[in-house]
Amino acid sequence: MRLVLERRAERSRLMGWLSPVVAVALTLATGAVIFSLMGLDPARALYVYFLEPVLWWWSLEELVVKAAPLVMIGVGLAVCFRANVWNIGAEGQLTMGALFGSALPILWHEFQSFPVMVLMLLMGALGGALYAAIPAFLRTRFGTNEILTSLMLVYVAQLIADWFIRGPWRDPQGFNFPKSVQFEGWQLLPTLGDGRMHLGAGLALVAVVVLYVVMSRTLKGFEVRVVGTAPRAGTFAGFSSKRMVWFCLLLSGGLAGLAGICEVAGPSGHLQPAISPGYGFTAIIVAFLGRLNPVGVLVAGVMLGISYLGGEAAQIDLGISDKTAQVFQGILLFFILACDTLILYRIRLLRPQTA
Amino acid sequence: MRKILKLAVATALLAAGAMTAGAANAADPLKVGFIYVGPIGDHGWSYQHDQGRLAIEAALGDKVETVYVEKVAEGPDAERAITRLARQGAGLIFTTSFGFMEQTLAVAKKFPDIKFEHATGYKRADNVSTYSARFYEGRYVIGQIAAKMSKSGIAGYVASFPIPEVVRGINAFLLGAQSVNPDFKLKVVWVNSWFDPGKEADAAKVLIGQGADIITQHTDSTAPLQIAEEQGVVGFGQASNMIKFAPKAQLTAIVDDWSTYYIDRTKAVLDGTWTSTDTWGGMGAKMVGMSEYTNMPDDVKAMAMETQAKITSGAFHPFAGPIYKQDGELAVAEGAVLNDGTLAGMNWYVKGVDDTLPQ
Repeated sequence: MRLVLERRAERSRLMGWLSPVVAVALTLATGAVIFSLMGLDPARALYVYFLEPVLWWWSLEELVVKAAPLVMIGVGLAVCFRANVWNIGAEGQLTMGALFGSALPILWHEFQSFPVMVLMLLMGALGGALYAAIPAFLRTRFGTNEILTSLMLVYVAQLIADWFIRGPWRDPQGFNFPKSVQFEGWQLLPTLGDGRMHLGAGLALVAVVVLYVVMSRTLKGFEVRVVGTAPRAGTFAGFSSKRMVWFCLLLSGGLAGLAGICEVAGPSGHLQPAISPGYGFTAIIVAFLGRLNPVGVLVAGVMLGISYLGGEAAQIDLGISDKTAQVFQGILLFFILACDTLILYRIRLLRPQTA
Repeated sequence: MRKILKLAVATALLAAGAMTAGAANAADPLKVGFIYVGPIGDHGWSYQHDQGRLAIEAALGDKVETVYVEKVAEGPDAERAITRLARQGAGLIFTTSFGFMEQTLAVAKKFPDIKFEHATGYKRADNVSTYSARFYEGRYVIGQIAAKMSKSGIAGYVASFPIPEVVRGINAFLLGAQSVNPDFKLKVVWVNSWFDPGKEADAAKVLIGQGADIITQHTDSTAPLQIAEEQGVVGFGQASNMIKFAPKAQLTAIVDDWSTYYIDRTKAVLDGTWTSTDTWGGMGAKMVGMSEYTNMPDDVKAMAMETQAKITSGAFHPFAGPIYKQDGELAVAEGAVLNDGTLAGMNWYVKGVDDTLPQ
């Protein structure tokens, strides 16, 4: 007897949409079991973990701050992955965007007026796009695999940033600590509420709406989907796969770069070697969790944000280790993938034939 | 599928039920919050701060309640974690890494009634104190031991970031070593991280490969000392007694002892006598201690204990002149002692360091 995965003849649309929900529910259930095994009241633990972060206004603001870069990068990657272009290097593009955008406030610190903020954002997007252009060029010119090139370029970008922040861009009054001068006035993004929620969140929302419209209502969106699902059909329709590679990488790179400068000019306020805690990589998860759909990405970004915030709340309220947050994210992804697999396949028990 | 749906509904109900059963604790005891940069299981820096937290609980019992968040990244995430402690009713918050400086000040501004204590920083406010320990006193002692124990006359130093704190440690170590052997050499590898066992181990291997038979570190994991143990050389524990990890290799460890300071500051908040201060205590203030001297001959041990006693009593200062900079320029004249201001911002090597300070 053995188990086999058998492809289903038809995939259910309803289940396609429901699967993340089921996965989340299963995660909650598993979480409850884990918490009870740890001797904690599972109801209280789940409350602290998943509800507390969204029950307070300040916490909601923090959630927006945490989710904004994930969503902004995630929507770009969703388009990319739809077209079968595998940009794994968003983290590097984010780093480059942060560097490009920070050039102005660091080199011309006295430049203080509205245009400086606009220029910073544009430079950030440009930096990310230019950096993504490298794998695009390599792929279209030499046929190299963009998964490898974009991933490897992440480390290059981080080392370049490291050199700048420890070297020429270090704050002269910073006691040799690797950090740039603190940005001021117009060099910081305007904020709302408690002073943490910044313009970047608004830009992320704009990106979601724009890309949703582009993907569902325009020829370009159609082109992305056709080239992604049936490259040959795309060729017959006159869509250039090379142009698609350029479009996807420049778009996702630009958005990652924008997210980078928003982090630096928003909640951080200065450049330091650790620009992001891996947003560029987490955004890959967000893109898939959101079913490569811009609106789905928005939901997924918020979901993952909750799991980070909940992890902290759980540490403080329940006194459990930060590892629990990571275990939770792992469980969530496991169930998502498992549910997805079961949409496409069914499990069958094969009995050995006696003949 | 049906079953899965059933389970989903059950979970949703569970969560909804939990909402009503929310937290409603009486806020009588003083809540003391801690932010750690590493995991408390690092057995080094964050571990010792956590020992300090436990000491508060032991000393003050039910007058306090302590909470912590570990492995908080130095950046925007730190501000959120500190804010959360503040929002959840902490009356006193210790932020225990240099990289939390701007974030501590930002949160402190929003919560003027909460007291903040930032370790190793230099920016203060009415409700923000800073504190640090004179670890360099311990470094001088281990430098002396290193020079006595080394056959090659070369020590390897696994260093984190080229900030004054670390540079000062390197200088104090070498000055101690040179007081025994004027030709003693020191090689430095920068790993650019406070806690990265893999990189720290690699650095230790490289240093041993270059002839160092003494390994010392200014990073938080036990990895360099474990490599020393593996490769048959000796070294020193950092921040915490690491003898469990290197029973044959650890000569002694510089132990950060935050207990006294933490208990005093918590008491001050309870009594209402807390004010913003800047504390920089050493062996005399019991903030820096040395773990048991092991794996060394008696005469070396006697020398180390004598130096430790002299530093504790204030009879001797590790940065007493004459001290020459790396390029030979006289930094401190004979009979003078380097002042705290210069020590706090130290960004030059003393003569004999075999490394260029990353500038």
